[in-house]
Amino acid sequence: MIYALCFVLIVVGLYGVVVKKNVVKIVISLAIMEYGINLLLILIAYRRGGIPPILDETMNVADFARQAVDPLPQALVLTSIVISLGVLALLVALCIRLYERYGTFDITEMRRLKG
Amino acid sequence: MSLLVILLVLMVIGAVIAIETTNLLSSIVCVGAIGFLLSIAFLFLGAPDIAITQLVVEILALVILIRATISRDLTSVSGDREFFGLTITVAVVLVIAVIGVNMFAGFPAFGTPVMDRIVEAHGVPGPPSATYLRHGLERTGAANIVTAVLLDFRAYDTLGEATVLFCSILGALAILRSRARKRADAAETESESG
Amino acid sequence: MNEPLASQGMSLIVKTVTHWVKVFILVFGMYIVLNGHLTPGGGFAGGVVVACAFILLELANGQTRTSQTVKVGVAAELDSAGALLFLGVALVGMRAAGAFFKNFVPTPEAAWFKLFSAGVIPICNIGIGLKVGMSLFLVFVLLSALHVAVRNGDRKMIRRRKE
Repeated sequence: MIYALCFVLIVVGLYGVVVKKNVVKIVISLAIMEYGINLLLILIAYRRGGIPPILDETMNVADFARQAVDPLPQALVLTSIVISLGVLALLVALCIRLYERYGTFDITEMRRLKG
Repeated sequence: MSLLVILLVLMVIGAVIAIETTNLLSSIVCVGAIGFLLSIAFLFLGAPDIAITQLVVEILALVILIRATISRDLTSVSGDREFFGLTITVAVVLVIAVIGVNMFAGFPAFGTPVMDRIVEAHGVPGPPSATYLRHGLERTGAANIVTAVLLDFRAYDTLGEATVLFCSILGALAILRSRARKRADAAETESESG
Repeated sequence: MNEPLASQGMSLIVKTVTHWVKVFILVFGMYIVLNGHLTPGGGFAGGVVVACAFILLELANGQTRTSQTVKVGVAAELDSAGALLFLGVALVGMRAAGAFFKNFVPTPEAAWFKLFSAGVIPICNIGIGLKVGMSLFLVFVLLSALHVAVRNGDRKMIRRRKE
């Protein structure tokens, strides 16, 4: 059920990327898709009643290994979040360039004015 | 668990509002709200590292989006594309949605991670996460196992990520810098001639 | 007002509060970076917080005044220095201990949970924090350098190029 809701979030982002005309809206929908994908990865790693994978001095390592949530998808998602920020910066630079070249954010107008 | 469902429903509602509203500032604010809800959800899912990173990255993304787009003209472009293309794409998206929801409803139960389901036996290697949790501290000396995975066990992936970030920022700077130089030249020639 | 919007800065209240608060944000960012192996955080989150401190400085004081104190060239050099530090540590690991990225500073059990532990990991965190922070600050500076308040003159420039 929770996985299905997360997938609905991804599909809403996909709808925005495919259907919208304003290029900034397309960038925003791409960001929503990335949020959905990161959430899906962390949902897979969850353990019911689990603790975060950070050791303390008072903890026994064997108990910790039985109780902690999965650390590997968390490392993947950390990578993914930072990369999505870099890609967002690049896309916004492209949007600005497109605006100064064609005078509009509308991609159907840009298709008309090509060249 | 119901708290997570409430957060997810709010996120989906926020996403629909962000996509459908015609005012660009409202959609950017909605994306910010989705990011904050996501950070809270990460905290409830036992990932404080990711929650901190998501929060600050979200704030920076909002600042970049607003600074770059709001005070330009023509920000209220409304409407969708022409009708025939619209119906085809919506149909394809709906098919993907139905297939995906069925597939994800058949996932293993929420709350049992992969490393519990694979048991180490003869010929079957154990899941790597169990090794990281059990031996992470003594092999790397780091108490934060996620950092130990990122910078010691899987440091090559972090090198790849630093490279991707470097290249994307380099691309953004290359795009913006040529415009800045041309604009400075144009301003100089205009002030000389005018 | 002929100068673009980005160079004017904000009101006096924002400037004063920024003047007091910027050091705390910077120190908090450096704390997150340095304690990455003990508490949640690490190089990426701390680097983004450091970038936020500099961006706050630029938003509050306007671009013309900030470009005199925090120079873009220095930020670019620090960015590359952070990337080279990370790569250099990896190569030294290859030279000193036989495998690329091997952790060549062992940590005895007495040093667990302390600040100077975990071998190469704090050095890598510092490199990544520098790199991420300075890159994002550079992108923001260049984005706001092109902050155009659209007037009729600019529209004419676009039309003229199409003919």
